[in-house]
Amino acid sequence: MSIKIIKNKCTGCSLCVKACPFAAISMVSKKAVIDYDKCTLCSACEESCNFDAIEIKREASKTPHLEEYKGVWVFGEQKRGAVQPVVYELLGKGRELADKLKTELCCVLLGKDVKDKAKELIHRGADKVYLIDAPELEHFLDEPYTNALVNLVRKYRPEILLCGATFIGRSLVSRVAVKLHTGLTADRTALDVDEKERFLLQTRPAFGGNIMATILSKNHRPQMATVRHKVFKESELDTTRKGEIIEETLSKSLYKSRTKILDIVEEVTSTVNLTEADIIVSGGRGIKAPENFAMIEELAKVLGGAVGSSRAAVDAGWIPYSHQVGQTGKTVCPKIYIACGISGQIQHLVGMQSADIIIAINQDPHAPIFGVATFGIVGDVFQVVPLLTRKFKEALNK
Amino acid sequence: MNIIVCIKQVPDTTQVKIDPETNTLIREGVDSVINPFDMYAIEEGVRLKEKHGGKVSVLTMGPPQAESALKEAVSMGCDEAYLVSDRAFAGSDTLATGYTLAAAIKKIGEYDIIICGKQASDGDTAQVGPGIATQLDIPQATYVKKIEDVKEKTAVIERSTEEGFEILETSLPCLITVVKEINEPRIPSLKGRMAAKKLQIKTLNAIDLDTEEDRLGLTGSPTWVSKVFTPPARPRGEIYETEPEEATTKLVNELKDRILQ
Repeated sequence: MSIKIIKNKCTGCSLCVKACPFAAISMVSKKAVIDYDKCTLCSACEESCNFDAIEIKREASKTPHLEEYKGVWVFGEQKRGAVQPVVYELLGKGRELADKLKTELCCVLLGKDVKDKAKELIHRGADKVYLIDAPELEHFLDEPYTNALVNLVRKYRPEILLCGATFIGRSLVSRVAVKLHTGLTADRTALDVDEKERFLLQTRPAFGGNIMATILSKNHRPQMATVRHKVFKESELDTTRKGEIIEETLSKSLYKSRTKILDIVEEVTSTVNLTEADIIVSGGRGIKAPENFAMIEELAKVLGGAVGSSRAAVDAGWIPYSHQVGQTGKTVCPKIYIACGISGQIQHLVGMQSADIIIAINQDPHAPIFGVATFGIVGDVFQVVPLLTRKFKEALNK
Repeated sequence: MNIIVCIKQVPDTTQVKIDPETNTLIREGVDSVINPFDMYAIEEGVRLKEKHGGKVSVLTMGPPQAESALKEAVSMGCDEAYLVSDRAFAGSDTLATGYTLAAAIKKIGEYDIIICGKQASDGDTAQVGPGIATQLDIPQATYVKKIEDVKEKTAVIERSTEEGFEILETSLPCLITVVKEINEPRIPSLKGRMAAKKLQIKTLNAIDLDTEEDRLGLTGSPTWVSKVFTPPARPRGEIYETEPEEATTKLVNELKDRILQ
């Protein structure tokens, strides 16, 4: 593993200096010089160089029998017997990838008394469902679930394994990837395959969200990725679809768990779940006081949406953390996002910029939020928001 | 009890601004800070020590300048600090990072609980904590919002879920990753700052860790960055700067059909 500048190819154009996210390259006598203390070998410079003057050597290990790994798998997360919506989204995307690779799409289902759900997964696009139905798998526990998934992968060797970036999914596949010694990437915004090389191409925002990086695992299988809810469209339900259900069992010792569930507590929330919402109305520092969130709630109610907020409003104690959108809060992808009195700091933008339509309402015409807005109103939120509420009420006949 | 806290130094995103001309990040003058989620891990470690006795060791993998993150952790009440640093670690993905940190933890010695933040703000993967637990073959609980009770061989914790939370009992040693709700990190005391100043940070390199060379850094990382590019800028939207009455009417007309869909 090493990086070096090939001096006679370097033209001193300094494109690499601009490309380096870590300020690790400088120009000395018109040649690029790397500061090895700052360099993380991210390879942004290698990509930027038009003269092949930067060389990164990688000598990676390889999964044995790599070419025998076939098929696209989706982890079929269920809770209390209900398949989670992100699974249908992954089946939609998985179908597309499997068709491109001319291979099969399979789903892994772990749980107790969930056999009827296996059929549902076939109706949603899976060719095969690998099912382990056991009382020990009723609720998610890291160790037995890891053992179950690892065993299935070792036996059937899929080339791609996708999993929802849920609380359960992220916890589970991080363990699975280590046990299988393979590559795992997080929070893809785009997934594609290289049909010839059979690589999974995983694109995500990097270094704070304004640069995109495409990541791949060349020498390891399966190629694993977690994908956030609402990034891809759900697959269509077709009850005439046929497929195969393959039941598997695990030896007793693999069900052992050093953690056990004492209780499951569901917190009742009166509002729409933020990450599920099609419309979100958010308030920020410009809302000025906690009581003013009533006007945000009012607009959200008229639109049938959920209430979000920026970090500033949460830190000020105006609204609970569960409403926070952004880097340290929730990532949302609604059809319409209405930002009221939010300036649009980068940390907020990374949490909501994939919304279909973004509406910005802010007094400051130079606020960064207008840079990502589909529509914007420059004006006083205390005038604009109530007017919008009234007019939407009329327009929507409410 | 022996507590180990793993932290990461990240760019301070509260300082990051976008260049309005080029729509790219302005990186000049951006400081490095402790990953915000790791602050809760440090605080929880120190609180456990205050309640049950023992010591807190803080650990980070990074370049030499990551020492400043360790010093800050000590000023908040951690007792010992370890910097895992070597050119051989550069380019590590989450698999190689988990392997390296697990090797460092084995070197540090006995532990009851390892605490990490739920994820780092620069990578957002949430993979390294579980990765360390798996490499060490210990149980884990992710997204912990409360530690209810710690006994000699077990702990009872609350783990966040999409719908609420679960109460879990885990055997010790274990690894937990913590979320923001768990506590409010303290401001370092004067005494803490003095301790941080005097502290000798122990550095561990690849040789100290007895690691297999081909599992480190870029070589030990299955995932590669194959392409880096600037995303296409969003087309400039329609911004109304007219009277609110007129602007809101226009907006409602633009949107009402889409909302009714």
